[in-house]
Amino acid sequence: MRFIFKTSYQQDIQLARHGGHVFWYSALLLGLVTAPWWLEEYWLAQLTFVMIYSIMGLGLMLLAGFTGLFSIGNAAFMGVGAYVAAVLSAHGTPFPLTLALAAGLSALVGAVVGLPALRVKGIFLGIATLSFGFIVEEGLARWESVTGGNAGMHVKTMVLGSWKVDNAESFYAVCLGVTVVCTLAVLNVLRSATGRALVAIRDSEISAQSMGIHLAYYKTLSFMLSAALAGMGGALYAHKMQFISPEQFGILQSIDLLLMVVIGGLGSVHGAFLGAIFLITMPQFITLGKDYLPTAIGQAPGLQSVVYGLVLIAFVMFEPMGLYGRWLKVRTWFELFPFYRKGMFKRQKSFQKSDRLK
Amino acid sequence: MQVLQVIFSGVAQGCIYGLIALGFVLIYKATETVTFAQGELMMLGAFAGLGCVSYLGWPFAVAVWVSLLVMACMGWLIERVVINPVLGEPAFAIVMLTIGVGYVARGLVTMIPDIGTETHNLPVPYADTSFNWGGVVLGATQLVVMATTALLCGALYLMFKYSRVGIAMQATSQNQLAAYYMGIPVKRLNSLVWALAAVVATVAGLLLAPITFVHANMGFIGLKAFPAAVVGGFGSLPGAIVGGILIGVVESLSGFWLPEGFKDVAAYVVVLLMLVFKPNGLFGDNLRKKV
Repeated sequence: MRFIFKTSYQQDIQLARHGGHVFWYSALLLGLVTAPWWLEEYWLAQLTFVMIYSIMGLGLMLLAGFTGLFSIGNAAFMGVGAYVAAVLSAHGTPFPLTLALAAGLSALVGAVVGLPALRVKGIFLGIATLSFGFIVEEGLARWESVTGGNAGMHVKTMVLGSWKVDNAESFYAVCLGVTVVCTLAVLNVLRSATGRALVAIRDSEISAQSMGIHLAYYKTLSFMLSAALAGMGGALYAHKMQFISPEQFGILQSIDLLLMVVIGGLGSVHGAFLGAIFLITMPQFITLGKDYLPTAIGQAPGLQSVVYGLVLIAFVMFEPMGLYGRWLKVRTWFELFPFYRKGMFKRQKSFQKSDRLK
Repeated sequence: MQVLQVIFSGVAQGCIYGLIALGFVLIYKATETVTFAQGELMMLGAFAGLGCVSYLGWPFAVAVWVSLLVMACMGWLIERVVINPVLGEPAFAIVMLTIGVGYVARGLVTMIPDIGTETHNLPVPYADTSFNWGGVVLGATQLVVMATTALLCGALYLMFKYSRVGIAMQATSQNQLAAYYMGIPVKRLNSLVWALAAVVATVAGLLLAPITFVHANMGFIGLKAFPAAVVGGFGSLPGAIVGGILIGVVESLSGFWLPEGFKDVAAYVVVLLMLVFKPNGLFGDNLRKKV
């Protein structure tokens, strides 16, 4: 067990709390930077996908995990980013500019979606974002002169100045760079006054308001940041897939993103990454496990969605804090050994009261 | 005359949305949670009916009652196994749970060999009958949809308003703990509500079967019923039907007058406008939350 002796207020908001953090995160970064040299090409591609999804996961985590606004339409922002990247790279725009424009346009769209968020909350917001997701998907499918409609469109190779990013290793490097910058940005937002305002809104809107937090401003800001991150993830996704069509950004993608942050652990930045790892590696495990199951079950087309559903149900029922929550428990068990008690992370049971009544 | 025909088919389609929305409203009204599995329950109901008629060879009337009973048990079971243990968690946990239930249901149906991946036709006795009424052709399938919807909505409305169970359900939704103190068996009531919602979903599934055929992904129509429920005010049973009909009519009229593509998003445009300008819906109670 580590006890941190605090001698200044700055220590409360430091990115790395103690030497252990510095060591382990440096080791992780070193491992990731050198990954192209020691990882097989297939797994490198999977790692690239994990990074792309964790950027989008960070966006949704900021919105759902830290501001308490649930969006079932984040794939729409991702789609906007992806199409901006596809259209601009067809015109030969350099990637940094493309990325900035993808993030910017997605953020604008996010601000529009944020409008209903000012009046409705909870599940109604979910339905509003869901509706918006459908409208954007249909818009992408119908605006054929730009997006190529349902036939989809090819995405040209990424260009960075005079450098063409055309092999897996260099694309991985770009993704890693963007991921690190995005993660640091999100961490910095969270430890600033803005981040504390967002968390206050999540915990109680009314008390946040009475503390002088401008709800409309911060909710819109949260939507815009989330959409910008989703847009950046979408731009990278478009370059990775090299072919995009509107149905990749539909309701199923939105639910996948949501599933990712819930399984990763709502309200933790780690959760976005753990969720992305889960989302990418799960299909591989299912493929591996298929051969050990009887043919009638193993080869059935619905197996994947059954497994996804069961895992989701299991997490919500038994581990509401997600993978990160489980990791916290395991870590505490080792730190306190042999003094871990069963009820240490138990939350107080609350009883539901109506939102509709005075 | 053509417009009348379009409106009529919109109303019929809207009744289906309304019927599914009725399930959402039922669960929302009694437990204040929102389910995303309603469309999948409908799909399961349609498959139950299909199994009885096509594979067991029972007459349609028997099949309807059997599948209603089976699905009521299914709804009860889902509530017991999955929803009941997380009672008291934030509402969004239950949304995620029901999304999970929907995934599992869809996957399991797809996994049935040879049946799950196919599209089936449910033979109903009234399939080919139609009436010509002043130039407007009324299909019997659509008339049956409308009549059943009206009956079901009326019955549920009366139940919530006047019966002991209905009033107990309202109390449970307002404050679970207080309702429990008053001697209301909250958990049992919740199971009952889910059974009831599954029954409503089955009715919707059986009515929809002759129109869109039975397949594993038919539950996605449930996503169009959300707008219906929101427009009607989520907590109001007649509102769900009115919302459904409104959505259905707007949808078919925009398919008639506006360029292609607007039909598919009309429902969502309506609901977004509704949420921005009148978040409580047409029939919702306008009350604010207290700290």
